[in-house]
Amino acid sequence: MIIGSLLIGAVELSRTADDKITSEAFPRTLSEFGFFENGNGLKPNDQLISYDLKSPLFSDYSEKLRYIYIADGKFARANGDGLIDFPVGSAIIKTFAYPQNGNMKLIETRVLLRREEEWVALPYVWNDTQDEAVLKLAGKRLKTHYVDDGGKTHNINYAVPNKNQCKECHGLNNVVTPIGPKIRNLAPESLEHLLSSGKLKLEGKDIHPKWDDSLTSDLDRDARAYLDINCAHCHNRQGSASNSGLFLNYEESDPVAYGIYKRPVAAGRGSGGLKFSIDPAKPNESIIIHRMKSAEAGVAMPQIGRSIVHDEGVALISNWIEQMDADKYSAQ
Amino acid sequence: MKYIVSAALISGLVLSATSAYAKTINVAPGPNAQEELQEALILAEKGDVVELAAGKYVLTDGLSLDVDGVTIKGQGDDKSILDFSNQQASGDGLLVTSDDVFLTGFAVENSKGDGIKAKGADQIIFSKIRVEWTAGPDEKNGAYGIYPVESKNVLVDSVQVYGASDAGIYVGQSQNIIVRYSIVKNNVAGIEIENSYGADVYFNVATENTGGILVFDLPDIPQQGGKDVRVFNNYVINNNTKNFAPEGNIVGTVPAGTGVMVMSSRNVEVFENILDDNATSNILVVGYPNQTKDKNYNPRPIDVRIFSNRHGNAGYKGDFPGSDALAQALGGSLPPILYDGTGENIQISDNVPAITLNISEAGRPLTEAMPSPFASDSEFEGQKLKAIIMPTQMEDKVASTLSLKEKAQ
Repeated sequence: MIIGSLLIGAVELSRTADDKITSEAFPRTLSEFGFFENGNGLKPNDQLISYDLKSPLFSDYSEKLRYIYIADGKFARANGDGLIDFPVGSAIIKTFAYPQNGNMKLIETRVLLRREEEWVALPYVWNDTQDEAVLKLAGKRLKTHYVDDGGKTHNINYAVPNKNQCKECHGLNNVVTPIGPKIRNLAPESLEHLLSSGKLKLEGKDIHPKWDDSLTSDLDRDARAYLDINCAHCHNRQGSASNSGLFLNYEESDPVAYGIYKRPVAAGRGSGGLKFSIDPAKPNESIIIHRMKSAEAGVAMPQIGRSIVHDEGVALISNWIEQMDADKYSAQ
Repeated sequence: MKYIVSAALISGLVLSATSAYAKTINVAPGPNAQEELQEALILAEKGDVVELAAGKYVLTDGLSLDVDGVTIKGQGDDKSILDFSNQQASGDGLLVTSDDVFLTGFAVENSKGDGIKAKGADQIIFSKIRVEWTAGPDEKNGAYGIYPVESKNVLVDSVQVYGASDAGIYVGQSQNIIVRYSIVKNNVAGIEIENSYGADVYFNVATENTGGILVFDLPDIPQQGGKDVRVFNNYVINNNTKNFAPEGNIVGTVPAGTGVMVMSSRNVEVFENILDDNATSNILVVGYPNQTKDKNYNPRPIDVRIFSNRHGNAGYKGDFPGSDALAQALGGSLPPILYDGTGENIQISDNVPAITLNISEAGRPLTEAMPSPFASDSEFEGQKLKAIIMPTQMEDKVASTLSLKEKAQ
């Protein structure tokens, strides 16, 4: 076994270690999976399929490198509601990085492993020499920084989530579930690639990819897509914020449930002394904006994965609330 | 003799069989407490005990437990202290999302959000736990101290909560609940049972809160129709702390000086409590005060029975819009029992004055009050609700921590 892996190393051909994905163990290092050539997180092996999303989750302005692994001879299926059903042995790999001094500095790689029983989420933190990432089950705080387009440096107290926190966002009915790769949220070229490579099959007559679901010029759609991706992993009827009664998934049609004139339930000081999640035409009177604009624990939403404010997201949702016709919804 | 020996052997075998699977994971305070404790909570397996040595654990992020059948056990609620003063993220101090969990003998201090939250848990025990915001009442304190939600078989026993900006002990959208032998002080609400089915609240001390014990049912949340709650044998005394809840939250509407408050629930019994020195009223029974479009929601209190309570001084300084004028109209003070008139089948047999405000329907302002002495519209039916019973193994776990002296009591 040891000799075998040495030989493979010698010809520099990294293959994914399927047994590491399906076993019950938690591999201690990322390199054990064989996802990357020589442990270089910027060089995926040729079995990984890179993908992008139309509407990404905001994570402190980090860059994200996303890959899907589906074992040779297997393929994923898309079911009616646009979720993708991955075969056992698949993996979703996401690396978080910041550009620094012209290079991409890798921070952490999160892997979602489709095991026999369930999905398992594990966080790996990259070392200083950037040639290995080590499992951090209990999460970690890392001081880092990034330079924005205007050349300004921002310091970030980056939080690598612990294994349970992975589930807080990825939990649907208490079962770990992928969030990003939904048919309607995959970038068109990524969807095209998955389909043409035979790694994804659409099933059922009435399933068609929805090319135009988000990031069009329609403010309502943009805002709902943003909330769907950034909030609805918890704020849906089966998610970890189910008790709040605030449901921000794209499909939600009840205006009170998605926040309009909805009173807080268990927000505590998160309410900021405001009465409604969304007060139509009054973004500054809306709890949702108050919590998006805060970076303070106990107030900031999302609770995990954000330590600084996403100004563009705040602007989008503020504009959306601003243009709402308050008369359309009767005040309660 | 032979019999005794073999019995001992058998029990020895059983013990060793158990210990082969269940283990104790010891955690102590130190610079890596965050990582060590969180890792223990992740790696623990069913039956394991995570044992917290005495001392202060300085934590930077919320902790969470998602493994069934785990016990977290400290050396006492004044000895093993989880200090979240430097918490940088996550709302809760400790979040539990698994079943059959026993939390005992430790404290949670100054968490940025809630103290200990249990979500979707079946069989969750909070025993001899202290949750405290150490600077006293402040709207910047976390909302809830002990916070089980969407859970069932919830046992809260001998806990203490100080300083919550919403409710000290808050049980929401849950079923089969006992809250007993606990002390709640300096919170907005001492104990709150909200949108829940089947709760017994007894032998608690609620003092120096804004409101002592609340039974609420609210609209626009998944589990509605809160019902079957008994509040009895509690000491609800001197709950006159100024309401410090952030505005927008429903407890922000609780008048300072409230003893027990029932809002739009069904089948609630309040009996044999000692209620004294609550400046607005010892007992308030009201409908939901806001408008709502929720068609499934019942905003009225229905089938509320109040009996055999002992009342001390109350009603000497009301704290709701129009309370001064109302007191004046009633001869200078408010009665020990105040009902807004929006409900149905409200029965009061306590031997003290009770007033109805005759508000026409839930959601109308109190300024429309037309007070008159309360008269039940039906014959007093007495106690109807049965005692809540926890699964035996939960009671056994709590009993296992009692000292001989405690058992004798």
